Amino acid sequence: MPARRDSHSPSGKSLPERGLLLLIVLVLLQGSVLPLGAASSPDTTHNDYVDNPQEKEENYTKKAFPVLTLNYQYIQAPFEISLWILLASLMKLGFHMIPRLSSIVPESCLLITVGLLVGGLIKLAGEDVPPVLDSRLFFLCLLPPIILDAGYFLPIRPFMENLGTILMFAVVGTLWNAFFIGGLLYAVCQIQPANPSILHKIELLPCLLFGSIISAVDPVAVLAVFEEIHINELLHILVFGESLLNDAVTVVLYHLFEEYTRAGTVTVLDCFLGIISFLVVSIGGVLVGVIYGLLAAFTSRFTSHVRVIEPLFVFVYAYMAYLSAEVFHLSGIMALIACGATMRPYVEANISHKSHTTVKYFLKMWSSVSETLIFIFLGVATVDGPHHWNWTFVTVTVLLCLVSRVIGVVGLTYVINKFRIVKLTTKDQFIIAYGGLRGAIAFSLGFLLKKNLFPMREMFLTAIITVVFFTVFVQGMTIQPLVELLAVKKKQEAKRTINEEIHTQFLDHLLTGIEDICGHYGHHHWKDKLNRFNKKYVKKCLIAGERSKEPQLIAFYHKMEFKQAIEMVESGGGFKLPSAMPSTVSMQNIQPKKPPPAKPAEKAPSQLTKGREEEIRKILRSNLQRTRLRLRSYNRHTLVADPFEDGFDDLLIKKQKMIELEKKIKDMNNYLTVPAAPPDSPTMCRARLSSDPQSYRAKPESDSVPTFQVDLASPQSPDSVNVMDEFRRAGQQRGGERREEDQGLMMRPHKTGEGADGKDPQKLTRCLSDPGPGADEEEEDQPFLA
Amino acid sequence: MGAFQSSPGQPEYVDLKEKTGFSISQIRVLHTRFKLLGHNGETLKRDHFNSIPDLACNPIRSQIIEAFFDRRNFRQNGEGPVDEIHFEEFLMVMSHFKAPSPRMIEERESVRREKLRFIFNMHDTDDDGTITLEEYRHVIDELLSLTEDLGKDTAKDIADAAMREVASTSMAHMEPDEFFEGITFEHFLKLLKGFEIELKMNVHFSIMDTPTFCK
Repeated sequence: MPARRDSHSPSGKSLPERGLLLLIVLVLLQGSVLPLGAASSPDTTHNDYVDNPQEKEENYTKKAFPVLTLNYQYIQAPFEISLWILLASLMKLGFHMIPRLSSIVPESCLLITVGLLVGGLIKLAGEDVPPVLDSRLFFLCLLPPIILDAGYFLPIRPFMENLGTILMFAVVGTLWNAFFIGGLLYAVCQIQPANPSILHKIELLPCLLFGSIISAVDPVAVLAVFEEIHINELLHILVFGESLLNDAVTVVLYHLFEEYTRAGTVTVLDCFLGIISFLVVSIGGVLVGVIYGLLAAFTSRFTSHVRVIEPLFVFVYAYMAYLSAEVFHLSGIMALIACGATMRPYVEANISHKSHTTVKYFLKMWSSVSETLIFIFLGVATVDGPHHWNWTFVTVTVLLCLVSRVIGVVGLTYVINKFRIVKLTTKDQFIIAYGGLRGAIAFSLGFLLKKNLFPMREMFLTAIITVVFFTVFVQGMTIQPLVELLAVKKKQEAKRTINEEIHTQFLDHLLTGIEDICGHYGHHHWKDKLNRFNKKYVKKCLIAGERSKEPQLIAFYHKMEFKQAIEMVESGGGFKLPSAMPSTVSMQNIQPKKPPPAKPAEKAPSQLTKGREEEIRKILRSNLQRTRLRLRSYNRHTLVADPFEDGFDDLLIKKQKMIELEKKIKDMNNYLTVPAAPPDSPTMCRARLSSDPQSYRAKPESDSVPTFQVDLASPQSPDSVNVMDEFRRAGQQRGGERREEDQGLMMRPHKTGEGADGKDPQKLTRCLSDPGPGADEEEEDQPFLA
Repeated sequence: MGAFQSSPGQPEYVDLKEKTGFSISQIRVLHTRFKLLGHNGETLKRDHFNSIPDLACNPIRSQIIEAFFDRRNFRQNGEGPVDEIHFEEFLMVMSHFKAPSPRMIEERESVRREKLRFIFNMHDTDDDGTITLEEYRHVIDELLSLTEDLGKDTAKDIADAAMREVASTSMAHMEPDEFFEGITFEHFLKLLKGFEIELKMNVHFSIMDTPTFCK
């Protein structure tokens, strides 16, 4: 994916890419050399400080004032952190510059390789590899951003619909994996023939512990790999949901086995307590998350005056949820997910558009950097860690992981399909089984093991790393071609249309109704009840102002309108039609069973062709000169359209549209704070210059069906009218509450051109003589009709 | 007890099973429900449906009830409304909400059509084969009917926008003198192409709770 499009030589390694590589190498060297050089300085400064009080009294020799000193110790920790982050980001950039690499090899593999290289470099330099994958660092700093990002943007609907399936895979599947792997490993370790090997010393409980560590599907790895293959939503949410929810199981099993390794045995009571603990851990985690989420939502209700810190609340509350859950050894991941998912609908209704964008981008940025760092550190820790390679153990582990995953998925699917309406096919099962990747969480958990309790810790770590490498490299690289080969359904990229939204709601109500008629209190019934409860009580509390009463359909509609308005503005109000409506159907066309009032001479080209654009450009440019002369004498009665009729009509339309647009956007302030007036495009300024403000007046309100009547007495250029039509329609899209003004747009070129808006005469008159402040900025910067 | 015995002979059920695709146990459960709703009468009328308390808070209640009395949904190529329905017709309507069995992948398209046809019929209240703007507006009005103090125009806007969308997806170029009469079934299919309705429009019939009593 070439990152640059400006003119550089297309040959393999162009200058800026070389520069980037050089930069990366420099950063690496700096990172490894500087600690070397600094190794000496800490001692000297420290000694100086210690000795100084004594020296002061005895012999204070005046040295020359040091112009330049080196004090690495002072900044060491932040410096190294920043260096790592910089390295990670540069790596990410680098990968996307190499054209075909990113499509063959998933990023995670590349990053691990880089980590290996860096670790190797550091080792070669003779330094101690910094203990980068320190468990505290990992669990408290690196993991939360990724999970929060996943939780905040979790697609709630498919998640909830498949919750039963996901829970089955997460809980039962992980339990099965843990016990299967642990038990069989123990058995294999015991069956070693005559020669007593180190394996004999491993007891059952450590094996089970190992099994529980290695059995959990890892969200980071799943995200990293699945993001690139774009499979359909169902499979994505199944595997991903499983990787998130199995955290509770992992936590409980880990603590359970760790606790009792010392004791050596596990009684039935302990198992029972373990089950209770599992419930506490998972439900407690979710509860903590929900509480913090509601707090965040409530806080965001009052932030309308200090919009700048809105994103901060989202992040801090979520992080607090995570930490609070970790205090009690509850599942921090589930807390984060619950917090993000809970607060999102309310927070998004309350915060401004800019804050929303900020939240989105910060989350994406942090999670991206975190993920990169995790993989690099995984590589570095591999080079570093004390390894103990034992062929049997490692190969058996890898094999068992694969086998148990497959058996688990197949078995569970068999049971699950009895309860699912839409069954999981074999292809689905294969992808789910194949997508069970292990990652850094397993490694960190293994790292946490204490050496005195687990003498074979190194062996465990080696095996874990091997499994992680295997899944990430082999499975990660091959899943993409397999998906293609098996023709698994891919994600649909289509934008959500309003019809789909309408029908989603309609279907919800329909299915709830059918369930009620059947007397079956199913899925839809409870969802409906929850929705009603939400609307009645919760939303009133948590959402500020008017938006609390807005039903979802309307919110969706306004959001869509707003997006299109932004799109329009960003495209310079030019000839680009709103993307959702690539055709020129107007409301006029949708009047069935009414005789056409008058046959309008509209013709409908689907897009304004390039030639047409050129023409209009020329006309508009020429208008500029001419109209400056005509400033005074305008009177709508004398307004004659014909000399440059085409361009003129366009100007009229554009101007009217821009005005409407501004009004709509001002209205939208209620919903999402947006700068009041979008910058005028040069087209519009020129349009204003060249037309008579007084010629626009709103037609008196009429409640009739919004028809667009055209007086045919005038010769109308087909295209201009059509464009007008299109803009009128576009204006109607933003109609909303301003519908009254839009109705009845009359166009009588011989007499007047009336626009729909007469409410801003000031603005218009101002434009005539002076484009106004807003206009100036745009005019110079943007090319005409960009 | 009405004319229908409490445990009718199997042949009737088998016959229904052929026609609708439900299993015997499902038919039995639905029959119990039918009798409960109709107070053990032989037919159901609209009032029986109206008396279901849970339906009261459903915004599109009247449309759902109408769907049960619409001959087009009885798969007998009839048209027009009826005033009362027998168990067979009840079952026919319910069969639209059956999940497609996984073996029916080839028939997925026809299942889709069938379900979308049901929804189309619900929208198209005057039986003319197209959903006009007015009818669509009515749909949206109903959907939003339970919201208080709604701006009257917003519903209209949404309907207009939706209608435009349909028109533009189905007919990219429109001559100005062409009129877009309404959404035909083909347009409707195209519109909801990505909607995967065969996966969504399903109700679980196999497990029924103890029937809740409607007064």
